[in-house]
Amino acid sequence: MSFVKLTTSALALTAMAATSAVARDQVQVAGSSTVLPYASIVAEAFGENTDFPTPVVESGGSSAGLKRFCQGVGTEHTDIANASRAIRDKEIKACAENGVTDIIEVRIGYDGIVFASQIDGPAYTAFTQSDIFNALAPKVMVDGALVDNPHTKWSDFNADLPDAEILAFIPGTKHGTREVFEEKVVAVGCEETGAMAAMIEAGMSEDDAEDACLEVRTDGRSVDIDGDYTETLASIDANANAIGVFGLAFYENNTDKLKVATMAGVTPSTETISTGEYPVSRPLYFYVKKAHIGVIPGLKEFAQFFVADELAGPDGPLAAYGLVSDPELAVTQAAVADEKVMGGGS
Amino acid sequence: MSDAAMDTSGAAPQPTKSLMTEDARTKKRNASERRFRYYGIAAIGTGLFFLIALLTAILTAGIPAFRQAVVEIPFTMTQEQYDEAEAAMLKTGIYTGYFIDGLSAEMKERGVDIEFDKAAVDRLLGKVGGQLRAYYRDNEDQLGQPIGFEVAASSRVDRYLKGTFTRGDLVEGNRFFMPEDFDLIDAMRDAGIVKQVFNWTFITGVDTGVDNPGGAGIGASVLGSFFMMLVVLVLALPIGVAASIYLEEFAPKNRFTDLIEVNISNLAAVPSIVFGILGLAVFIQFAHLPQSAPLVGGLVLTLMTLPTIIISTRASLKAVPPSIRDAALGVGASKMQAVFHHVLPLAAPGILTGTIIGLAQALGETAPLLLIGMVGFVARYPEALIDGFLEPNSAVPAQIYNWAARSDAVFTEKAWGGIIILLLFLITMNTIAVILRRRFERRW
Repeated sequence: MSFVKLTTSALALTAMAATSAVARDQVQVAGSSTVLPYASIVAEAFGENTDFPTPVVESGGSSAGLKRFCQGVGTEHTDIANASRAIRDKEIKACAENGVTDIIEVRIGYDGIVFASQIDGPAYTAFTQSDIFNALAPKVMVDGALVDNPHTKWSDFNADLPDAEILAFIPGTKHGTREVFEEKVVAVGCEETGAMAAMIEAGMSEDDAEDACLEVRTDGRSVDIDGDYTETLASIDANANAIGVFGLAFYENNTDKLKVATMAGVTPSTETISTGEYPVSRPLYFYVKKAHIGVIPGLKEFAQFFVADELAGPDGPLAAYGLVSDPELAVTQAAVADEKVMGGGS
Repeated sequence: MSDAAMDTSGAAPQPTKSLMTEDARTKKRNASERRFRYYGIAAIGTGLFFLIALLTAILTAGIPAFRQAVVEIPFTMTQEQYDEAEAAMLKTGIYTGYFIDGLSAEMKERGVDIEFDKAAVDRLLGKVGGQLRAYYRDNEDQLGQPIGFEVAASSRVDRYLKGTFTRGDLVEGNRFFMPEDFDLIDAMRDAGIVKQVFNWTFITGVDTGVDNPGGAGIGASVLGSFFMMLVVLVLALPIGVAASIYLEEFAPKNRFTDLIEVNISNLAAVPSIVFGILGLAVFIQFAHLPQSAPLVGGLVLTLMTLPTIIISTRASLKAVPPSIRDAALGVGASKMQAVFHHVLPLAAPGILTGTIIGLAQALGETAPLLLIGMVGFVARYPEALIDGFLEPNSAVPAQIYNWAARSDAVFTEKAWGGIIILLLFLITMNTIAVILRRRFERRW
């Protein structure tokens, strides 16, 4: 009988404590799985170096993170959203509708996107944006005419590429990485090959042509990966001919399994990305809910800690892991210190 | 009637053969029975084969997680160094710097005669700053004294000593490891500085950042799972048993109770992620319970487990012979006395089995936890017992899922090690259930 008493009293105690403990003492972060590794490094260091508790960092994708971030103000909502792209206007609007008006945008650095294949596979060591477009677009230019993509092998359109079946694992549409892939690779290839001009000539409006450029073929040669890079790596492991899209840091941690391709003749590395030579890179952000500063202990400190030179600078642990540090970090640091919100206000 | 039967059998020709010799039809029947037995054995064999394959895969991939390469040296930190480190912003970085100095000196002293620089030592060392700072903050009186420290080596050293990363695997241009580092590790191993030990950190530690695979442990998430299971047990068992006793023994049989019954069965088939969505909306956004807390996780899993417990409890209540109830009622017991004194104890083993199946299911669940914030980077131990329910924590399957997604191979190894821990957790739970069932089991 004492067991029953014990459990009931424990339960009652828990229920009481639960109702009283509404205040949250740790920073709650959610968002991009690309930013997650960096955020986890900072969170661990933050817990070790300050007296604040270690923040909780969740992943789930940039869009999902921003959606949760925009759900409202209050301790039951997240304080920070990680994103591998800038926040969109409609997301700012959605935020405002729920009372989240003062948002601090923090750019932490840049991330490179690399194309890599199995280390023992065919020699994909040099790509241009046009190659990727020719391989993966639903409609491509062949002999000056826009036709349904007839290519089945890389060598079909570029004799320098291996005579191997086309198969690519690209990030799914919920990933921020997909946007960079579309913008910096597919769209550029679309323009370079003349496909975009041909579409506009065929009577499409410029906007429609831009959208049509970003589509990928649906005959199974381009596979969307909705999970993370480990899933892409597993798919590459199983298909000797396949190429996959990875973050620079992930590739650098797996150089024994992957070989990387140059893009437009430039080898991806932290140096070539910071100088802007390597074309496929994107800024990484996190967004802070200003209304939570002062309510959640350590929130501002965490944001400042994240962008401090010791962490996000070129010699910090984030750069060591693969983040390309932002040359304008000082501006970001000042903005965080001043709690400068988006849209010009203060 | 019996006469007629006798007549017809008499009219049929008597078999002349003995029963011992088989005719064609008997042979056929016997053969079909034999075949069926073989099918059965084949089915069990297939199951066993997959079980063994699975266990072998888990054990071979997971057991290395329980061993770890460490650097063990005596290290002294002076008061000035401590003050300098504590004044800095990234304090752990300063601690690491001093440890690298100490390690370099120790290596020279022990006769490591290979040229090396601080960068090389840094590549071979895991993240040590946090461990050093935590130690000296608690033991300020130890400043100036040599302390024997055992700190994690870097993930590539770890994999090299385990044999999963060899000289042949190294690709040129790897920032994290240089070819000459192999010689340095060999020399350090010979000098007794680097060695492999049992990895207690893996069992007791908390999650770490992606650049610190050596320090990551599953301990905190085991605790998270434990508190969740406690919540599930304390809520789901009484509610489930009370609901099924009422439905089975007291409730009138009408359309309304039929409807409830159908709905409970339907609930058991609802995908678990739906309970996560419900948990987010009800417990976190409406009831304002804390995010990422095992209490909320437990509540969500309780909802998921309830139908399983109710269904199995009702089945075991039904299996108690009506004569027991009748006898109790016959000697003057009230209906409630009959149920609680006689029916429930007899149904207890079945209820326990159902509860354990439900708990095991809940233990391995990740999907609903995704939505209430328990799948993520949660690196802390609860500070007090009550905090175990309310402070953010992860759960074992969520931790495994997280590690499996990280780029460093040592984390993959730890994910497999985590599966072993999860299985041990499950076996412990099942053993307790079997013992309890044995104690309560009654036959008639």
